[in-house]
Amino acid sequence: MRALLVLIGLAVALGGCDREERKLAKLPSAAPSPATGERRGDLQPGQKGSGLEQTTSSRSFDGKNAFELAQGKRLFRWYNCSGCHSMGGGGMGPALMDNRWIYGHEPDDIYRTIMEGRPNGMPSFRGRIPDAQVWQIVGYIRSISGLAPKAAAPGRNDGLAVTRPENERERATPRNAPGSG
Amino acid sequence: MAEQMPGKPPMLPRVALALAVCSGLIAHAQDAAGDGAWPMAAHDYANTRFSPLDQVNARNVHSLKLAFSFKTGTTRGNEAAPVVVGSTMYVVTPFPDYLYALDLSRPGANVKWRFDPKPKASAQGVACCDTVNRGVAYDGGRIFMNTLDGDTIAVDAASGNEIWRAHLGDITRGETITMAPVVVKGKVLVGNSGGELGVRGWLTALDAATGKIAWRAWSTGPDADVLIGERFKPHYAQDRGKDLGKTTWPPDAWKIGGGNAWGWISYDPKLDLIYYGTGNPGPWNPDQRPGANKWTSGVFARDPASGEAVWYYQWSPHDLHDYDGVNENVLVDLPIGGKTRAVLLHPDRNGYLYVLDRATGEVLSADPFATITTSFGVDLGDGKLRYNPEKTPRAGRVVHDICPASPGAKDWQPSAWSPRTHLLYIPHNNLCQDAGTYETSYIAGTPYVGADVKMKPGPGGNRGEVLAWDPLARKKVWAIDEKFPAWSGALVTAGDVVFYGTMDGWFKAVDARDGKLLWKFKTDSGVIGQPVSYRGPDGRQYIAVLDGVGGWAGGVVSADIDTRDGSAGLGFTNVMKDLPQYTKKGGTLYVFSLP
Ligand code: HEC
Repeated sequence: MRALLVLIGLAVALGGCDREERKLAKLPSAAPSPATGERRGDLQPGQKGSGLEQTTSSRSFDGKNAFELAQGKRLFRWYNCSGCHSMGGGGMGPALMDNRWIYGHEPDDIYRTIMEGRPNGMPSFRGRIPDAQVWQIVGYIRSISGLAPKAAAPGRNDGLAVTRPENERERATPRNAPGSG
Repeated sequence: MAEQMPGKPPMLPRVALALAVCSGLIAHAQDAAGDGAWPMAAHDYANTRFSPLDQVNARNVHSLKLAFSFKTGTTRGNEAAPVVVGSTMYVVTPFPDYLYALDLSRPGANVKWRFDPKPKASAQGVACCDTVNRGVAYDGGRIFMNTLDGDTIAVDAASGNEIWRAHLGDITRGETITMAPVVVKGKVLVGNSGGELGVRGWLTALDAATGKIAWRAWSTGPDADVLIGERFKPHYAQDRGKDLGKTTWPPDAWKIGGGNAWGWISYDPKLDLIYYGTGNPGPWNPDQRPGANKWTSGVFARDPASGEAVWYYQWSPHDLHDYDGVNENVLVDLPIGGKTRAVLLHPDRNGYLYVLDRATGEVLSADPFATITTSFGVDLGDGKLRYNPEKTPRAGRVVHDICPASPGAKDWQPSAWSPRTHLLYIPHNNLCQDAGTYETSYIAGTPYVGADVKMKPGPGGNRGEVLAWDPLARKKVWAIDEKFPAWSGALVTAGDVVFYGTMDGWFKAVDARDGKLLWKFKTDSGVIGQPVSYRGPDGRQYIAVLDGVGGWAGGVVSADIDTRDGSAGLGFTNVMKDLPQYTKKGGTLYVFSLP
C-alpha cells in the first residue's frame, strides 16, 4: 500500500514536471517532422505568395506540457481554426471534440491534416504557420477530445463560456474512419 | 454532364421531337407563372409565393395525400424550392448541387435526366451555414443554376446538357454561391455569399444567352464599383455623398467588408427596377470597422439593364449583430393615405417589418414583428434606426440578452403574400443571445468574425413562430408558436391555405384567415425547404416540398456538430441542442394532392 502511494506520488510529480517544463528555444530534434505531400484540396489561406519560407522542420510534438497546449489553444484561435471548428464542436469544419476522426488522431496524422489540408474543405496551412507552432496546435487538438493528460490540458476559455474547458473533458476513445491516416 | 438514366431509351430523338413541337411554346419566366407553373424560387418577380390555384382549399385540405416522393441522394440542408414548368419539375440539391428533371407526365414522376455540375469539394469548407442551394430559375427553355464553388450554369431544360458556365466566385477567398438566381430581361442575376469570411459582396448580371458578364455591382468601395452615378437618388441624407462605400469604412476595410447579395431579388416591370438586399458587414466585431459601412445591410433599387443604382436604404447602419439585409422584398400595391402606393414589404433580421415606397425608397412604416432589445425603433423622419447603446458589443465584455440573435428575427426563410387576404405570412425565429467580441485577424479563405455568441430561446420559450401580418393595420393578425426556428419558406394559395414545414419534421397546412391547423404530415427529416404549388399535366393541383434538415439552424444534425460546444456553428448550437432528438438527416421530395 505504502509503496503504491509512493509510486502514485512519483507519477504525479513526474507528470507535474512534464506539465511545467518550458523549452524556451527548441533545437531541431533528431526526428524530422513527417514528410508532407501534395496539398489536398484547393484552399490555401492568406494571400498568395506572402507565406513563410520554412527553414527547419523538426518533429517537436509534446502532448503533455501545459505551456505547449496553452499556446496551441491560443494559436487555434489566432489562425482562425476556431472560425471553422468553433471550440471543438465544429461548424464549417467537423467537430474535433468527438471520437470520430476522418483522417486519424495520431500526432503525425493531425500534423499532415494541417500542413496538406484535406479535400472536403480543410485548408492547407503549409508555409503559413511555423512548424513549432503547428506541433503546439497538434497537441492542443488532441486535448479537445481528452487525448492529453488532464493535468496539462487548458483549464479556461478566454471568451464567452459556452463549453467546458479541455481539462474537464473525458477521453473520447478515437474511432478512425476506415483507411484514414 | 447530363446522365442518362438506366432503363430508358436514348434521349436524343425524343428531345429533337420535343424541341420541334414546343419551340413556339417556350415560356419565359413571368408568362409561365400565371399558368399553374412555378418557374422561379419565389414564384413571381414580386416574390409573393402566392399560387393562384384553388382546387386545394381550406375545406378539403384535410384529405391531402402523398402523390409521390423522391430521394435526392443528399443529406445536407435542403433549402431549395422545386421549380415546375410544363410537365417537368426541376429539383436542385445541396452540395454537390445535383439538378434533377422529373417527368410529371408519368406516374411516379421518374427522372428524365440528372445534371452533375461537379463543384470543387473544397467549397464545402468555406460555406458558412451548411452547403445549401436555394433553387434554380427557368427562362426561355433553360434552367439557370448556381454551384457552391461559385459557378453559374445554363442547362438545357429539355436535355439536361450544359449550355454555358460562368465562373464567378473564388473559394480560395471564401466566396461561395447559395442564392437562387433570377432572370430579368435576358439577364441572369446572381449574388455571392461569404459574409463570415470577409468576402466583398456583389450582384452580377450575366447575359442569359452567352453567360458573359453584363455588369457587376459591388456592395462596397468607390461609386464606380457600386454602379452609383447620375441616376442615384437615395431618399435620405445619410445615403448621399461621394464614394460612401469607401469613406464609411477604415482605410481598405471595405475590401473585406462583406455586404453579400445572397438573398432574394424582386423586379417591378412597370418601374423597371430590381430590388435586393445586402448582407452583414465583416467582421461581426463592429470595433474593427467604425463608420456606417455602406452599402451593407441595406436595400438597393437598380436598373436591370445597366445595373445603375437608383436608390438605397440602410436597414442597419454599422450593423452590430450580423443583421444581414438580404431578406425578401415583396412587391405589392397598397392603399396608403388615400391613394394606391407601389410599396415593398420587408421583414428584416433586425425585427422590423418595413413598408417602403418602392419608387423612392422612403420608409412609410417600420413596426416590430418580434422581440427587439437592440433598438428602439425607426425614425420615420430621417429614416434612421435608433440603436440601444446598452446592447452595443464592446471588446472584452459580454453583452446579455441581445434580441433578435444573429440569425435575426427572421433569416433567409421567405414569407408569402396573399392578394386575397392582404396578409404577409412570415415564418421566423424567436431567439436572443449573449455575445462577446474580440479582435480577429483577416486570413483570406478563413472565417472573419471576431465574436462569440451564445443563443437562447426568446421570450415564451418557443424558438420559432409563423405569423400573419397586416401591413395596413401594421399588426400581427395571428401567430403560431413553433418549438424550433421556423426555418422553411411559406406558400399561400388561392384556396386560402398557408403551407410551411418545421425543423422537427412536420409539413403543415393552416387556414390563411385565422392560422387554424388544417392538416399535417410527418416527414422523414426536418423541413427547411420552400413549399410550392403547381398544376400537373393531369390538370390537378399539387403541393411540393423538400425535407432535409440543416442550414445554419440545423447544423447540429446535418453537419454532426457536437452539442457540448454551444459556440459551434457560429453560436447556433447552444439553442438547438435537442434537435437531434426530434429529427435526423434526410433529403426527400414530397408531392401531395387530393385523392
Ligand atoms: C475554412 C474552414 C477551416 C479552417 C479555417 C480550418 N479547418 Fe480544419 N477542417 C475543415 C474542414 C471542412 C475539414 C474536413 C475536411 C475533410 O473532410 O476532407 C477539416 C478537418 C480538420 C481536421 C481533421 C479532422 C478529422 O476528423 O480527421 C483537423 C484535425 C483540423 N481540420 C484542424 C484544423 C486546424 C488546426 C486549423 C487551423 C490551423 C483548421 N483546421 C482550420 C475546415 C477548416
